[in-house]
Amino acid sequence: MEPGYYVVLAAVLFTIGAVGVLIRRNAIVLFMCIELMLNAGNLALVTFSRINGTLDGQIMAFFVMVVAAAEVVIGLAIIMSIFRTRRSASVDDANLLKY
Amino acid sequence: MHASAYEVLASAASGTLSSFWLLIVIPAASGGILLLLGRRADRWGHLLGCASVGVAFVLGLVYFFQLGGLPATDRRATLDLFTFIQVAALKVDFGLLFDPLSAVFVLLITGVGFLIHVYAVGYMADDPKRRTFFAYFNIFVAAMLLLVLGNNYVMLYIGWEGVGLASYLLISFWYTRPSAATAGKKAFIMNRVGDAGLAIAIFVMFANLHTVSYDGVFANVDRFTSGTTLALGLLLLIGACGKSGQFPLQAWLPDAMEGPTPVSALIHAATMVTAGVYLIARSNPIFDANPTAQAVVAAVGAVTLLIGCIIGCAKDDIKRVLAWSTVSQIGYMFLGVGLGGGAYALAIIHLLAHGFFKAGLFLGAGSVMHAMNDQVDIRRFGGLWKYMKITWITFGVGWLAIIGIPPLSGFFSKEPIIAEAFDRPGWAGWVLGFAALLGAGLTAFYMTRLFVLTFHGPERWTDDIKHPHESPPVMTVPLMLLAIGSAAAGALMATPVQDWLNPTVFGVEGGEVPEHVHLSHTVVTILSIAITVLGGLLGWWLFRNGTSLQEQPAGPVVTAARKNLYGDTVNETVFEKPGTYLTRALVYFDNKGIDGLVNGLAAAVGGGSGRLRRAQTGFVRSYALSMLGGALLVAVAFLVVRLG
Amino acid sequence: MSTVLAAAGVGAGEAWTFWILGPLAILAALGMVVARNAVHSALWLVLVMLCLGVFYVVQAGPFIGLAQIIVYTGAIMMLFLFVLMLVGRDASDSLIEVLRGQRLAAVALGLGFAGLVGAAFFRALDSRDAIGLAQANAEGNVQGIAASLFTRYVFAFEVTSALLIAAAIGAMILAHVERHKDQKFTQPDLMRARFAPGNYPGPKPGPGVYATSTSVATPGLLPDGRLSDRTISPILPKRELTEAESTPKATEGR
Repeated sequence: MEPGYYVVLAAVLFTIGAVGVLIRRNAIVLFMCIELMLNAGNLALVTFSRINGTLDGQIMAFFVMVVAAAEVVIGLAIIMSIFRTRRSASVDDANLLKY
Repeated sequence: MHASAYEVLASAASGTLSSFWLLIVIPAASGGILLLLGRRADRWGHLLGCASVGVAFVLGLVYFFQLGGLPATDRRATLDLFTFIQVAALKVDFGLLFDPLSAVFVLLITGVGFLIHVYAVGYMADDPKRRTFFAYFNIFVAAMLLLVLGNNYVMLYIGWEGVGLASYLLISFWYTRPSAATAGKKAFIMNRVGDAGLAIAIFVMFANLHTVSYDGVFANVDRFTSGTTLALGLLLLIGACGKSGQFPLQAWLPDAMEGPTPVSALIHAATMVTAGVYLIARSNPIFDANPTAQAVVAAVGAVTLLIGCIIGCAKDDIKRVLAWSTVSQIGYMFLGVGLGGGAYALAIIHLLAHGFFKAGLFLGAGSVMHAMNDQVDIRRFGGLWKYMKITWITFGVGWLAIIGIPPLSGFFSKEPIIAEAFDRPGWAGWVLGFAALLGAGLTAFYMTRLFVLTFHGPERWTDDIKHPHESPPVMTVPLMLLAIGSAAAGALMATPVQDWLNPTVFGVEGGEVPEHVHLSHTVVTILSIAITVLGGLLGWWLFRNGTSLQEQPAGPVVTAARKNLYGDTVNETVFEKPGTYLTRALVYFDNKGIDGLVNGLAAAVGGGSGRLRRAQTGFVRSYALSMLGGALLVAVAFLVVRLG
Repeated sequence: MSTVLAAAGVGAGEAWTFWILGPLAILAALGMVVARNAVHSALWLVLVMLCLGVFYVVQAGPFIGLAQIIVYTGAIMMLFLFVLMLVGRDASDSLIEVLRGQRLAAVALGLGFAGLVGAAFFRALDSRDAIGLAQANAEGNVQGIAASLFTRYVFAFEVTSALLIAAAIGAMILAHVERHKDQKFTQPDLMRARFAPGNYPGPKPGPGVYATSTSVATPGLLPDGRLSDRTISPILPKRELTEAESTPKATEGR
């Protein structure tokens, strides 16, 4: 077994996250799928770090975590305010983008 | 030589002559004031209009004598007021030139113009728009003065367009009449044809010499190729024909009689229509350089003078007869300037004499119309001599002057042109000479017809006319002055003006006796008097007892003459109809082709967008799906590049 | 443990770990996507994150692995659960897809993408020997990361702090509900309003209480028999009663 398998696993997880974004309508679940995609990216970064023998990849993953935390805070706040005004957490109900 | 004279005179113009720009500014300011003040100037507008031209006339006289006091070779004053246009190599000064040729024109325009202004005060007394009329009249005078006073072709062109504008405004002065509006348009459009020729001529000059000033162009005429001079000459001739109503652009001038009679007298008889003659006389170095162009000018003059005479014989409208006689007389002037040499001055003399007697005739016609409830049909006049003595006498003087009975002015101005025509070598001399001679006979015939039918014979008035009356003094005094001018001017002007113009303007030495090629001068004189008397007697004999009140059926020649020798028909068939068809075809092409293409494109875009719009569902997940598709494509492309 | 962590190649222990936890992570991820209940989704995601945390530790990144477990599973996922509680459990999806072909296209594209990217990465990395982090982690993983973070990446590190502050402020602004000044009532204000003349200070009857029907849209009756508008929620459409309907029925001998 090679470290490359980790990357394949990351690709699979990433894709599952992406498909989840596409087929789920609950904004919170959709957001979780995005988190999954970020995590898959982190896994790839950590694996690259090991393959390349430097810690830069791990530091990248660390930054991704920080950014993800900030993003989650804002994203959930947005979902909350949308929910407050529209009484719905479904992304399909917020389809004003076409106008 | 030219250049040094220019230098000397540029400083010489610092005396009284340095202010000759006032000639243009005074009438222009008056016109502007009358237009800007509007109704507030209604009460005194006509007085200001007359006064401004009168002042200009007095100033013109002062400058004229000032100029006459200069030595014969230095009789030029130039004035560069400011730079009008400066673009790259094109530099046009707002420059004026006062030389003997300009001077006689200035006197004609302001002198006759002043008399006609005074006359118009009476003639337009009842018109509610009299102030506007005088404003346009003043603008016309200013533009005409700019035309003759400019020292380059662009100045001339500005004046040229200015008089065209004034002419248009004044022909359609009574624009509520459809005929007047149409006549104004017709004059404007036909003038545009000529103006295009003049404009192109100016472009050619600039393209070849990088200057448009008279001095610059004339000093370098020898640098043109003969083809260029021919082209220039013909283009200038087209411009002149358009403005002067010469063949083939003659059709607008008779229609221009729709304007008030003073307009006909001033613009369409005495001054503006002679601008073409001025243009050719001013451009004499160009025409002298190319005999072909000169011959064409002479031919155009001969053809036009015959056309004018023939149509004049068949018309029953007093003003139209005079209009066609104007066409014909300007034909004589063109013949004169086309002959070149000493005939330039003869043409100018004829122009001046014509300015007097034709203005007098038109004003007389206006006086008659005034008495006859604005009727113009000479078949319904007759026997007026008893009722309008002053008009009768002054009109009679004008009549004798135009047909060329000695010692009236027409004889002294027309007969030398006929003689010069015969002096042209070869068959051209015979043709031109006989055309001119025939024209003199025909002129005598139709002018006698006009005079006899109007003032003599039985009274054939319409029922609504009870007591014809003489016009008020404000109209008759100018008539008398013009009659005196018509009578005396010829003899007075013939030699002095020739001496005045020839050496400085046309470069012809005085005392030069031309060689008589075909007939001696005496023979020509006798012939022309004889044919004139013959024509006059024929006219008197045929119409001494009046004429039928209605138009009678006639032979082909008279019918053709009544229809203006089919000039309008030719214009219609050759230009108007194809133009209409072309326009229709273009409209069709525009509607179906261009609009079809554009509308089709719009419909295609609209329809396509309508269909594309359905892809925009507004669902975030649809967009995310497209993004994933895009990411997949990028990955594929990346791999293809890396592995392929 | 440090020898295992420092290994460039993959030992048997690590292989076992991978082959057990890898499929588990995939199954958990799939479970997260297909779970109907959002809370279940969140719990599946926690499982995925834990698996990944283990992978980080195994791949010589104990710091990042523990940070994963603490930050992600401990903080972020709890935030998710809080929001789910606020939004309500009933916010779960209906399973009917409204966008035609969305699921099919998503799955097809997903398979294509995973296949393509996974295969490409695998091909690219398969023949390459991992260097391993033995040298980088010689002084300890945390020390190594700290050394890089506070030297090479110090600017990015400072910027992230700005980012976090901005996020915190943004969240506060988004969560804040602006009230007009005259809409703010203090307790004395409320009490004064309650005992003001014309107001009924007692508890209000619930909807339908003493009413002629059991519908919540039917206003309650006051002791004097009048209808009380205050008994029904203002957001409910008021049922218009005819005169006959609003007249108390004489079933009790009134």
